[in-house]
Order: sequence, then C-alpha cells, then structure tokens
Amino acid sequence: MSKPWTDRRVEVIIGHLLRAGVTAAALVVLAGAAVYLARHGQAPADYRIFRGEPSDLDEIGGIWRDALAMSGRGIIQLGLVLLIATPVARVAFSIFGFAEERDWLYVGVTVVVLAILLFGIVVSR
Amino acid sequence: MNVFEFTGLVAFAALGAGFLGALTGLGGGVVLVPVLTLAFHVDIRYAIGASLVSVIATSSGAASAYVKEGFSNIRIGMFLEIATTVGALFGAFLALHVPTPAISVTFGVVLLYSAIQAGRYREAAPGDDPPDPLAARLRLNGAYPTPNGPQPYAVRHVPTGFALMGVAGALSGLLGIGSGAVKVLAMDRAMRIPFKVSTTTSNFMIGVTAAASAGVYLSRGYIDPGVAMPVMLGVLAGSLAGARVLVHAPTHWLRVVFGLAIALLGIEMMYHGLTTR
Repeated sequence: MSKPWTDRRVEVIIGHLLRAGVTAAALVVLAGAAVYLARHGQAPADYRIFRGEPSDLDEIGGIWRDALAMSGRGIIQLGLVLLIATPVARVAFSIFGFAEERDWLYVGVTVVVLAILLFGIVVSR
Repeated sequence: MNVFEFTGLVAFAALGAGFLGALTGLGGGVVLVPVLTLAFHVDIRYAIGASLVSVIATSSGAASAYVKEGFSNIRIGMFLEIATTVGALFGAFLALHVPTPAISVTFGVVLLYSAIQAGRYREAAPGDDPPDPLAARLRLNGAYPTPNGPQPYAVRHVPTGFALMGVAGALSGLLGIGSGAVKVLAMDRAMRIPFKVSTTTSNFMIGVTAAASAGVYLSRGYIDPGVAMPVMLGVLAGSLAGARVLVHAPTHWLRVVFGLAIALLGIEMMYHGLTTR
C-alpha cells in the first residue's frame, strides 16, 4: 500500500524541481534581455535570412564565456541552456526515485531515456 | 523594425499565443511558428528553435500545478518517452536536411489536423477493447483520484500507442512543437487512457521530448537569443495566466475560434511553403 504514496512524493519533488529550473532560467533570460535591449535596442532586427549562430553561441563553453563577459545574447543563451537542462535533470532524478521504490524495470526504462537525451547532445556536437 | 520594437511585438504575440494555448489545451508553439514566419518574416528555422524552447518552458512551468491534482502517471510517461525522444532526435536530424518549403507545408498539414481535432474534441468512450496484457507487465495501469475514491483504469493497445508517440516525437523534433494533437490520438484514442491522466502525463512528456531535439537545434544555430527570448518569456507568462483562468473560461467556444484561427494559419503556411523558393 505504500507504493502510490512514494510515487506521489517523487512526483511532488519533480514538480518543484521543474518549477525551480524554469524560474531560474526565466530570471537569467530576463537579465540577459535587459543587457541586450539596453545595448542593442536601436539596432535593426532582421531574421529573414538564416545565418545560424556565431560559433560561440552554439555550444555550452562559448555560451558560458560570453555570459561571463556580460554579453546580453550570451546571458540569454545561458538561460535557455538552463531551461533545456531542466527536463534532463527531471529524468536523471527519476532514476533515483524509481530506485528508492525498488522498481528496477523503470530504473532501466529511465536510464534508456536519459541515454537517448545525452546521445542527442553528444552526437550533435 | 529595430530590436526593441521586434522584442516587444513578438513578446506580446507570444503572450497571447501562450494564453490561448493553455486555455484550449493546444499549446502556444503551434500558432507561434506561423505568426513569426508570416507576420514577422522570421526564417522558419529560427521560429522553430524559439518555439521548441517555449514548449519546454510551458511544460515545466505547468508541471507543479498538475502534480497537485495527482492525475499524472509517471510510468506511462517514462515508458512513452522512449518513443518520443527517439522520434524527436530523428525529427531534429530530419529538419537539418529537409528543405524549408517542405517544412512549411508539413507544418500547414499538422495545423489543419490540429484544428480538426480541436473542433470535434470530446472524451473517447471506454470501448470494448480488452486491456493489453503488456500494460500489466509494464505496470502502466493505475488509478486516479475522484470524489468517490480512486478510480482504477487499464491501458489498451500499448504497441500502437508507442508507435504513435514515436510519430508525435518526430513531428515535435521536425517542427519545434509539442504536437499535442498526435498525443491525444495515441493516449486517448489508442491507449484509452482517461482524459485527465493523458493530458497531465503528456504535459510532463512534452518537455523531455523537446529537450531531446533542443541539443541538436542549439548546436546547429536554430536557437537565436534575440528571437527565443521574447518567445520564451511571452509564452511562459501567457500560459501561466491561462492556466489560472482555465476554470472559468468558456473553453468550448474558445476551442472553436482558436481551431478556426489555426486552420487559417495552416492554409497560409502551406501557401507560403509552396510559393517561396
């Protein structure tokens, strides 16, 4: 009879984790937006042609360096990376949740999901 | 248009899309991509990247509210995420190689389909299909709370649902949307999961699915901070506000009106895809 309650507790923790991740990401994006708009607000906005991103904004090391250099676009991108990492953290935490419940089948299922997520990050490099 | 005006107008549009998306359950991304490409002349790849980011924000932001209700089934969610994440990776890599006019046309077709789903929306009847023994083995069956105590349910057609979720994931990765319409088809129609369980569970899944393709998008330069910033903040604020007023809103009429708007955008997107080179 204790199983549904454990499920429930895991879900509540996951809910808080997700909310914290989104809040943190939104605050970082907002901070970046303030810097970006203050510096480049009057520049023309044209996204008609796809150029991709400069090499420093398409991988985590470059984004981190740009954000530390107080580049508005770098800080926004850092917030977006935080946001993308939030569901990944949720999946990682679920492994512990299912392990607590001794549900090895779902520890396995969750490890597979996490592996797919990490595979996407590694392969796209 | 300068950066200041662009940011303000896009944030405003995203706020509206997030609000209506939450009220109707159709999500904001599905209208934002056409609005960005058709009204703001943003290249569809930037639009898709920004929309995908907003999908993660709404899914994660709404999660703690959903958790309180106690309807979601984390095993169904995690099991089906195998299908959606593999599909999403496939879709994201496909997006890198499919010419953008084809993506526009595909997007239009999905919009039209979503509009039809929105129009004839109702809870699927339980039906006479026997429960799938695979569901018991995978521990997918569960119970959800009602005023009269927990109501147990059994899951049907697991392989069909799993395959359809793979398609939903691929569309999500290709088009940067949550693809709620296909999820409804898989979870409500095929697997016969009770409505409240399927909506809350799919909300959890959408964020993980989108995260799978987001890495590919980020490294290929689809995620531009100037476009993604107003979209993410606008959709997040709009959807949180929408979730608050959900209880009092005349959702049926909203669904009809929003469905019509989506159908029009779908036709526009197909036209756009067929006429631009």
